[in-house]
Amino acid sequence: MSELLEIQRRVAAAVMHPLTRQETMPRRRSNGVSNTAEADALIKPNDRLTSFERLEIYNRQYWFRLYSSFEEDFPGLMAIVGRRKFDTLMRAYLTDFPSASFTLRNLGSHLEQWLTEHPEHIEPRKNLAMDMVRLEWAHIEVFDSAVEPLIDPDDLSELHDGSQLRLQPYLRFLELRYPVDDLIIEVRSEGGSSDGSSNNASISRKHRKVRHIASLAPEEIHLAVHRHENSVYYKRLHREEYRLLTTLSTGETISEAIDMAFAESAIPEEERAPFLQAAFQTWSSLGWFIR
Amino acid sequence: MPANRFNSFTEYGVGIGLRIPHYHHILSEKPVVDWFEIISENYMVDGGRPLQVLDQILEQYNVVQHGVSMYFGSASNPDPEHLKKLKRLVKRTKTPWLSDHLCWGSVDGRYTHDLLPMPYTWEAVKITADRIRNVQDFLEIPVVVENVSSYAEYHASEMTEWEFINEVVEKADCGILLDVNNIYVSSQNHNFDPFTYVNAVPADRIAQIHIAGHSKFEKYILDTHDHPVLEPVWQLYARTIERAGPTATLLEWDDNIPSFEEVHAEALKANQFLQAAAKPAVPQLTEVAR
Ligand SMILES: [Fe+2]
Repeated sequence: MSELLEIQRRVAAAVMHPLTRQETMPRRRSNGVSNTAEADALIKPNDRLTSFERLEIYNRQYWFRLYSSFEEDFPGLMAIVGRRKFDTLMRAYLTDFPSASFTLRNLGSHLEQWLTEHPEHIEPRKNLAMDMVRLEWAHIEVFDSAVEPLIDPDDLSELHDGSQLRLQPYLRFLELRYPVDDLIIEVRSEGGSSDGSSNNASISRKHRKVRHIASLAPEEIHLAVHRHENSVYYKRLHREEYRLLTTLSTGETISEAIDMAFAESAIPEEERAPFLQAAFQTWSSLGWFIR
Repeated sequence: MPANRFNSFTEYGVGIGLRIPHYHHILSEKPVVDWFEIISENYMVDGGRPLQVLDQILEQYNVVQHGVSMYFGSASNPDPEHLKKLKRLVKRTKTPWLSDHLCWGSVDGRYTHDLLPMPYTWEAVKITADRIRNVQDFLEIPVVVENVSSYAEYHASEMTEWEFINEVVEKADCGILLDVNNIYVSSQNHNFDPFTYVNAVPADRIAQIHIAGHSKFEKYILDTHDHPVLEPVWQLYARTIERAGPTATLLEWDDNIPSFEEVHAEALKANQFLQAAAKPAVPQLTEVAR
């Protein structure tokens, strides 16, 4: 093996290993390896710092950068579970799923899946927390996903029952058990935002203000997370609209999507045509249909 | 006329980093700025606000791309998808050159998102130089590499940092983005004379200069980019310009970002050094004859 690769693997193992509760580098790793011995073997000391202390600067910097990105992405989850539980959750998740991408934007991409396997981190408010995570991840994806050219008005007017309609790749549809859309708007308006990737160093952990959410009554919500003039918005949908859109997005025809939409609907037959017309009108004006 | 063969950007002047808190001011006030440096990774996305703002900036300003995740010194291979996205952005911005750091930060597909220092070994010289050449060939634009600030040194090192950078840029045949703040920070952390470093790098390869502020802690200095430029850094800057001639210069300010005007005014202090360096020693005959 190349010596460079070996050094980099050993340094990365130290740098990416979780910090202690006091945010210091542990003397010994969870697998028993001594960080003191590794630091001494790899890093020169100087007149002010030991090898261990020099390596620790990078260990702390790594975690503070990840914390800050993750906290910025999931302030709603933090508000629901509280800072202490959030900290534990964040460390455990980022240990299982360190960044595998050149951008920190994708840091939370496995969070929903991971939480289904580790529900202890979000008990007793599991459903509320899961809904929030799904919404917060959708928000990240909708923010910078691709936009496609809109369908021609002529093509739109020629659609028939057997046609398919393609939707903007940035759209996400969520079926939620709690009104987390209202909650996240409150939470976000209290926090700031930062500048994405940068190349400066930071030694202290920046703490976000967090307000603990006492309780929230359950409510069935269907939501479109979408973009208008490049800002992310949440648009509540009727259950029928949600079913119609999610069916269309799987590539089914318009008539199949309509059947699906009204399968268990309380909307009377005679109101369905105007209902559909209004819905399509709105979505088309929002630019959701593409060529 | 270019000051040297790697520096075709003598007339580029003084730029500042494009940062989100300044978007509104820049787009509404349209201040005169020589150029903006963007962090490539913030715009390597498929759509949305980042690209919209970038396109608006590109309509009115020169933009140069600066990356933070190429990791020229990483022993494991780069993600081809990353390079493709970067090339797409290069085509969009028409950046005249592209910079990233002489460091490593990922291994076996895991990313630290940090600029980790290299062991200064001959093996690392070869791996890093090969990587730079490959990236330059793929992107089809000049690539320049930036020295990072560091807080640790390896037992494995076989040469000084400036010897390492010299070997790498010779073998890769590329330019240097000399960050004089990083040199100062490292000189304090590793007890060397920063002027030895500045005087040792090949002046004809200096394509761009970074200046920035840093923070002093009890036992080390950290590259925080959250202050005005400090006096010793200006001195290193002046010496660099003296050796390399007028060179595209950029102020980095990434934390506790003040108003646009404040950042810009700090950056423009570089002009006094640039103008002094540009002044010919002897009055030009054409001027006299006119
Ligand atoms: Fe820099």
